[in-house]
Amino acid sequence: MTATVRIELPAHLRTLAGVGREVTLEIDGAVTQRSALDALEARYPMLRGTIRDQVTQQRRPFLRFFACQEDLSHDSPDAPLPEAVVSGKEPLIVLGAIAGG
Amino acid sequence: MSSVRVLVGTKKGAFVLTADGKRKNWDVSGPHFGGWEMYHLKGSPVDPNRVYASQTSGWFGQLIQRSNDGGKTWEPVDNKFVYDGVPGTHQWYDGTPHPWEFKRVWHLEPSLTDPDTVYAGVEDGALFRSTDGGQSWQELSGLRKHDTGSRWQPGAGGLCLHTILLDPANPSRIYIAISAAGAFRTDDAGETWKPINRGLHSQYIPAPNAEVGHCVHHIAMHPSRPNVLFMQKHWDVMRSDNGGDSWQEVSGNLPTDFGFAIDVHAHEPETLFVVPIKSDSEHYPIDGKLQVFRSRTGGNEWEATTKGLPQQNCYVNVLRDAMSVDSLDDCGVYFGTTGGQVYCSADAGDSWNPIVRDLPAVLSVEVQTLR
Repeated sequence: MTATVRIELPAHLRTLAGVGREVTLEIDGAVTQRSALDALEARYPMLRGTIRDQVTQQRRPFLRFFACQEDLSHDSPDAPLPEAVVSGKEPLIVLGAIAGG
Repeated sequence: MSSVRVLVGTKKGAFVLTADGKRKNWDVSGPHFGGWEMYHLKGSPVDPNRVYASQTSGWFGQLIQRSNDGGKTWEPVDNKFVYDGVPGTHQWYDGTPHPWEFKRVWHLEPSLTDPDTVYAGVEDGALFRSTDGGQSWQELSGLRKHDTGSRWQPGAGGLCLHTILLDPANPSRIYIAISAAGAFRTDDAGETWKPINRGLHSQYIPAPNAEVGHCVHHIAMHPSRPNVLFMQKHWDVMRSDNGGDSWQEVSGNLPTDFGFAIDVHAHEPETLFVVPIKSDSEHYPIDGKLQVFRSRTGGNEWEATTKGLPQQNCYVNVLRDAMSVDSLDDCGVYFGTTGGQVYCSADAGDSWNPIVRDLPAVLSVEVQTLR
């Protein structure tokens, strides 16, 4: 089954990828953080390493993942994303921490 | 007609400053990559339109950008810097073992002969090389795997490899410097390395004359005499006449020998420039007076150059990669400050003029002389 998933990116990554606030991606199979980010990086390879470490695949410490008003940052990357994200009703939000100057 | 292009990296973006050979009227382009820390930009000596840039962020990590039109347009290239093998550990600030972790690229040094070959000096202290224009990076791990590597400790700014000097007379010889491990040299194109810190004396480390552990801030070389090196250490300005095998202090009459930046006149290999900074706990000029000191004797005898520089209430710093020279007949000298000014002297330091006054804090300045 193919899902159409929306991902909302922070401003600097929109500029880097040359996209608007949201991108829409087709994902085959289970829709998880991992499969969503894999699809994002496949479509926009310049984003590799900017959201998760290229070697460890760990989320960068100053970024978090939200959806449906919930913080999913500490969920397993292989946990299914909420149904509203899978259906395209809600975006998966990649959010930069409000920190620094 | 000749012209110059000044590549400026700042805390919040990159700027490209251009002028004709008179260096009076400047065009300012930027910010490129606004909001990102641009640690360093440098052009290829063989193809000046090929420029590499280190773009980094505490949020989004490291990117490498490449331009093929002198910085007008850019494309991101590979940003995967993976240490060779099982990385092991170096020493942490408290003396305990700490895993090697890639954090950022401090310095990019394009090859003297091939525009697609470029070296990257990274934190934690390692040297990487790309031979495909930045599309992939491989560590020259003989450096980090040196017998002393597990004892290297970071300086206050991190364990950064910040200086890369390619010997124009000997393609197999490269000099690098790491804060706070010291200076190293390879004579086999990066396979093996030796520390070159004999003669350095650092009172702030347990063994002041140790083989490694010195906080070298920057090293400069004149291309016509690659065996002669000039170093701004944490404290002390040093000189080597034998490729780093030994060093002598040439601080001479400097009002303070703490500082970061050092460079050599393009046509006078014994003419040096430094910017003395008050101390390691007060990173600004003495008495609020911004002064570039020039030696025409290869060190020891220094004169202040002040014309056009602020002589009161100036408390900026000049960082290690923020000074450069052009190679026009009248050698131009350039430096950037943490207050956002970039100054140019078109007469080798006799007088200075600000090109720009209000950029973000300047991290690096490199100049390309275009003919």
